[in-house]
Amino acid sequence: MIKGLLGKKLGMTQIFDELGVAIPVTLIEAGPCYVTQIRTVGRDGYSAVQLGFEEVKPKRLTGGELGHLKRNNLPPLRFLREFRAEDPGVAEGDKITVDQVFAPGEKVDVTGISKGKGFAGGVKRYHFRGGPKTHGQSDRWRAPGARSSGTTPGRVFKGSRGPGHMGNRRVTVQNLKVVLVDGERNLLGVRGAVPGPRGGLLMIKAARKQVVRSVE
Amino acid sequence: MSELFQAVEAPANPNIPELRPGDSVRVFIRIKEGNSERTQEFRGTVIRVGKGGNNANFTVRRIASNGIGVERTFLFKSPRIEKVIVERHAHVRRARLYYLRGRTGKRSRLKTKFTA
Repeated sequence: MIKGLLGKKLGMTQIFDELGVAIPVTLIEAGPCYVTQIRTVGRDGYSAVQLGFEEVKPKRLTGGELGHLKRNNLPPLRFLREFRAEDPGVAEGDKITVDQVFAPGEKVDVTGISKGKGFAGGVKRYHFRGGPKTHGQSDRWRAPGARSSGTTPGRVFKGSRGPGHMGNRRVTVQNLKVVLVDGERNLLGVRGAVPGPRGGLLMIKAARKQVVRSVE
Repeated sequence: MSELFQAVEAPANPNIPELRPGDSVRVFIRIKEGNSERTQEFRGTVIRVGKGGNNANFTVRRIASNGIGVERTFLFKSPRIEKVIVERHAHVRRARLYYLRGRTGKRSRLKTKFTA
């Protein structure tokens, strides 16, 4: 079984664990997803599973998209995303729900598109400190300071941090703990925040980097 | 979407009556010390009631020893709250009684509201 699912961020709340501690939780409407295609090494050069999520009206999709889904008699789906999987364990046309994939206590990585912040200055974007607010200064509160050195090298190195477009890019948050799985409501709860606005598309995968505890 | 949020909402504690700002209350909290569990009482005036699903809370202010004010915020849905007893209601004219923070002694009294 592949350890991946598509979902939609619903928002944050808090729930109580068995000790009575309130834990911050992001709710995700996860699935149901359909297996729309299986990529194999023989045919595609890599192995992956393509999942589809969120049923829509047929007129929202192009003819090509509809034809692709029709091969497996699937409903029109808004989002198609691929998950790498050496051993898929599913067949094309399968329906996947949260409780089949994740269980409470597991760690997951959640990928989404972060909220766009527009053209942001260095203070907001990279936590530059800005200039002094007092001692006769003016117009220097949020200035980035010097970009580089002097005559040598006489230019700004590529990749230097500075003002520019912030947010609206793909962000992955790793090792979030699954605290809630409700197969009936297609609900997944993870501890902590995930990228993007409410209603944004999320890709949920098994955690890549599990914390390895040293063996005593 | 909202019904999905309600799905994870903890059930309301039947031992917490409806609270209003100005109420004199006794809050009984379960405290775990090692393996034993005991109940602690916090007695004071409700100065704020906040709503919001699982985050619904209320703040109780009491005057501890040496006249030092102590405020504690409790979550309505927390399983650690055993019960809340309302001793009396007060006639107050605002929802947030922050003005009590600047008052001590007789000036910090609230008028009792008698209800039939």
